Amino acid sequence: MTRRKKKKRIIGIACRTIIALVLAVMFLTPIILTVANSFMSSAEISSNYGAIFQTTDTGGKVFIGKTVNLKLIPDMVSFSQYATVLFKTPDYLLKFWNSVILVVPIVIFQLVVAVLASYGFTRTKGKVAAIIFFVYIILMMMPNQVTLVPNYLVLKKMGLLDTNWSIWLPGIFSPFSVYLITKYMKRIPGSIMEAAKIDGANEWQLFSKICLPISKSIITTCAILVFIDYWNMVEQPLLFFSDSDKYPLSIFLSKINTMDVGLAFAVATIYMVPSLLLFLYGEESLVEGVAYQGSVKG
Amino acid sequence: MKRKKRFPVAGAFLAPSVIGVLLFFVLPFFVVIYYSFVDNPISLQFVGLENYTNVIANTAFRTAVKNTLVFSVIAVPLAVILGLLLALLLDVKIPFRSFLRSSFLTPLMVPIASIVLIFQVLFDYNGVINNILANWTDTRTDWLKSSSGIFVIILLFLWKNLGYNMILFLSALGNVPSDIVEVAELDGAGAFRVFWHVKLRYLSPMIVFTTILSMINSFKVFREIYLLTGEYPFGAMYMLQHYMNNTFSSADYQKLSTAAIYMSLVMIVIIAVMLVVENHYGKDMEEE
Repeated sequence: MTRRKKKKRIIGIACRTIIALVLAVMFLTPIILTVANSFMSSAEISSNYGAIFQTTDTGGKVFIGKTVNLKLIPDMVSFSQYATVLFKTPDYLLKFWNSVILVVPIVIFQLVVAVLASYGFTRTKGKVAAIIFFVYIILMMMPNQVTLVPNYLVLKKMGLLDTNWSIWLPGIFSPFSVYLITKYMKRIPGSIMEAAKIDGANEWQLFSKICLPISKSIITTCAILVFIDYWNMVEQPLLFFSDSDKYPLSIFLSKINTMDVGLAFAVATIYMVPSLLLFLYGEESLVEGVAYQGSVKG
Repeated sequence: MKRKKRFPVAGAFLAPSVIGVLLFFVLPFFVVIYYSFVDNPISLQFVGLENYTNVIANTAFRTAVKNTLVFSVIAVPLAVILGLLLALLLDVKIPFRSFLRSSFLTPLMVPIASIVLIFQVLFDYNGVINNILANWTDTRTDWLKSSSGIFVIILLFLWKNLGYNMILFLSALGNVPSDIVEVAELDGAGAFRVFWHVKLRYLSPMIVFTTILSMINSFKVFREIYLLTGEYPFGAMYMLQHYMNNTFSSADYQKLSTAAIYMSLVMIVIIAVMLVVENHYGKDMEEE
């Protein structure tokens, strides 16, 4: 490589790095701002953003001379928002708890049902199984607008509307993770299974001692994706719960801004923590799993 | 003989999932089909295609379909192209690569409800964006309560989904055979031509896949709109899910069922296109 070419290459890499870093900062800005604002006192929040949230109820907007102050660094770091949320207003914690109660069983049991089914799909080459799997693919791609209607009809018939079961049951049987895990398990070389069989392993041992450990990373990926999807859930509770006390924090958060702007940022930050921790824990599996999803396609 | 013995075992593993899917998705879907052909769930008079013509004549439904389409037509290509550009940006060894990749992926893991506040501060009538724009223009836009709201939603959609698409494209770029790229480079092809004539060919199946995935995600954008603007958004943001929610609350089951059938028909067409295209490319790749 000539010196000029090398120089050109280094400049190219520098440009890429700078562009990518600027973009990365833009991507992270909303998150950083939310966290930063959660460390401001309520008074500071209202003086910064009061102009925005006071006028939301009146409907018609007028320009208020006072400028809105978006600040990255609080004038004075304060934990007062957190203190209020955690100790004085149990409402928010309750909604947080609603979210946990709704989401955690779905993640756990959807995966249990899905790994069992995936193993079933892996072990049979029958035509019936192939047709069932095709139905799963179609269901997986159907948007909520479509699937919520049959869900609703059954739940109503069973008298489960307004109970947590109305969110849990359709969530647990949703075929999303079956698809990904099956695709993964089918790639396990048959020779491994045959060898284990010759050594005297029964079907359950083949499943629990061989398939399950090998599929650990795709199961982690599914757990993360299912968790974030339901942690974000909006449509189901809106339609299946008539009592807004049962709503998860995701819905409630959009309503508190008009009431308690001074607390909203702390609540928003608390709500991010579980999914961000999960991301830190499982990022490698997630990236691997998503890339894998692409490599097998439909 | 051996195979016959196997099926009951596989069946036992499949049973919980299949029973659940039948009970909550497949069987009630037949009820949905049935409801779409009757006058109401009590008298159950067969009315032929009346529900279908009624729904399609309904202005709210038309608006919802139009808005959903407009959103998808703008947002999906952007999500694919920008996702690909991000992947190309990170496709070489550059410093901080894994930090950058994580940064682009983080929005996927942030609940939308948490960052809605910042978006309101930014795009409010008295918000930050308007204050910045005030340096050049005198007109203020009430972003979230006008037809410009759709741009904010597109921004939010891209913010959340670009990282995911980037990961998909990065994995596809990793599968481009490096010897072919090297040969092209030795022949004097510049970076752009290498991309256009060599890499793009290997990327095309992934572009199709990402497009369909983004399209499916674009149907979920109701969440963002609901959280950002509440139950009654400004016209251009009234999506199919809003229409469904309103129909749910009026308990109009035959209308609801008919709308669901329309949507599933569209989805089936999309899925069929995907399968055909995939088959085509699958064969294409094997021939080489």
